[in-house]
Amino acid sequence: MLLNASGCLDALTAPDVARSFDAFVTKTVTPEPREGNEPVRIAETDHGMLNSIGLQNPGVDTFCSEVLPQLQALGLPIWVSIGGFSAAEYAVCAASLNGHDEVVAVEINLSCPNVDEAPESAAEIVAACRAATGLPLYAKLSPHLPDIAEAGRAVETAGADGLSLVNTLRGLVFDERTLEPRLARRIGGYSGPALKPVALAAVYACRRATSLPIVGMGGVWSGRDAAELIAAGASAVALGTVLFTDPDAPARIRQELQAFAPVQSVPIPATHKNAAYQLN
Amino acid sequence: MLNRERRRVVGSEQVGPYTLLRVDQGGLEPGIPGQFFMLEPPGRLLPRPMSLCIAPRRELGFLFEPIGPGTRALASLGRGDELGVFGPLGNGFRLDVRRPLLVGGGIGVAPFPYLSDRLGRPPSLLGFRSGFHAEAAELVPNAEVVVEPMLVTEALPGGYDVLACGPEPMLEALRALAPHAQLAWEAPMACGYGACYGCVVELGGRYKRLCVEGPVLAA
Repeated sequence: MLLNASGCLDALTAPDVARSFDAFVTKTVTPEPREGNEPVRIAETDHGMLNSIGLQNPGVDTFCSEVLPQLQALGLPIWVSIGGFSAAEYAVCAASLNGHDEVVAVEINLSCPNVDEAPESAAEIVAACRAATGLPLYAKLSPHLPDIAEAGRAVETAGADGLSLVNTLRGLVFDERTLEPRLARRIGGYSGPALKPVALAAVYACRRATSLPIVGMGGVWSGRDAAELIAAGASAVALGTVLFTDPDAPARIRQELQAFAPVQSVPIPATHKNAAYQLN
Repeated sequence: MLNRERRRVVGSEQVGPYTLLRVDQGGLEPGIPGQFFMLEPPGRLLPRPMSLCIAPRRELGFLFEPIGPGTRALASLGRGDELGVFGPLGNGFRLDVRRPLLVGGGIGVAPFPYLSDRLGRPPSLLGFRSGFHAEAAELVPNAEVVVEPMLVTEALPGGYDVLACGPEPMLEALRALAPHAQLAWEAPMACGYGACYGCVVELGGRYKRLCVEGPVLAA
């Protein structure tokens, strides 16, 4: 199964790109509307890019009343990424999605590098969301965690149905002429090809530590990259930064993946309404 | 539908400090003046947004200043080289204006040759940092040129429908002087099609994506 990474595609401005995935993952929604961070928000590096968007979104109420119906019209299964600044805020978002049949899974963004974090642990946030909804919950973890396998076990115990691995790494880029930070907020989330080994290690560790299905993401640029994530233990693969440079990447990567048919993948349970991506 | 193709470079010329890169048009439409294309520099991760400068028969031409790794990589392309071109994207200038005046600063003159052509060669007022930079004015018909320390805002005549592109301080100044102007803005951009939320500008207290709402916006 091929997904977009949250925050890397707007299905409403690029419906054809969205339809080239098996499901669409939304940009993170929070209980209240957020304007996001001051620009400059993006900067290229030699081996990737930084972003500092800051969870710009219309708030979960407007999302449910105005955005979700438009997304539903696209006819794609929808994964909604949720965020918050406390476990209770995450739970508010999760509960708001109940009864929306087009929503097939919830991704809990526990690892945005561009905003302040909730005080509770990942497991406490997952538990709060578990109490708020029966929808499948995917916990999106940070590659900064000192022991991501332990975090994976903790969110599994708290009721997560899957893991999304990984979010971006914190990075800093200076302007080559002025030696000033390029981003207004200075530190941003580092993504792109350089992230792949980090993602592979996280997927590999969590595959061995938990029985949860894993959506692997981080620096996937080719079918080979996707096959490596699957070989490391991912059940599905998400594309992020590559979409900024190549909106045709989903079809291309699917095609390239055919060459890696022997790679074993663990399917995501059918109860999540999406057929597992078959490699051949 | 997203139109993205591998195109071949048919020429690359220096215009003052700027580079005019011409590619064969292939199946790409030139679009409306002020719309932009994402050009994929060889060896770089992200494409670079460039408005269309000239649209001679079967060609698309882009004017830019090679000042960073992406624009330097684009400037290094020569005849026969290939690059990815994606567009046209965004919203261009409204062309239903009665008395157009093109007002540009520096590399902001880039969309004006094509715009001038489509508007029947209206007058233009162009400001540059130096005489060397002002060589780009040769691409724009009916141009009056000012060079710093003189600013275009000091030479701006009244009674025109202003269509402008240039540095942010110039556009901000024009906003006050010509409240009905159409202003083409610029921002660092990753994707060009609304995916990344990187290119926002503040509009009425809200952050809007320039690639979707702009780059040409009402003052």
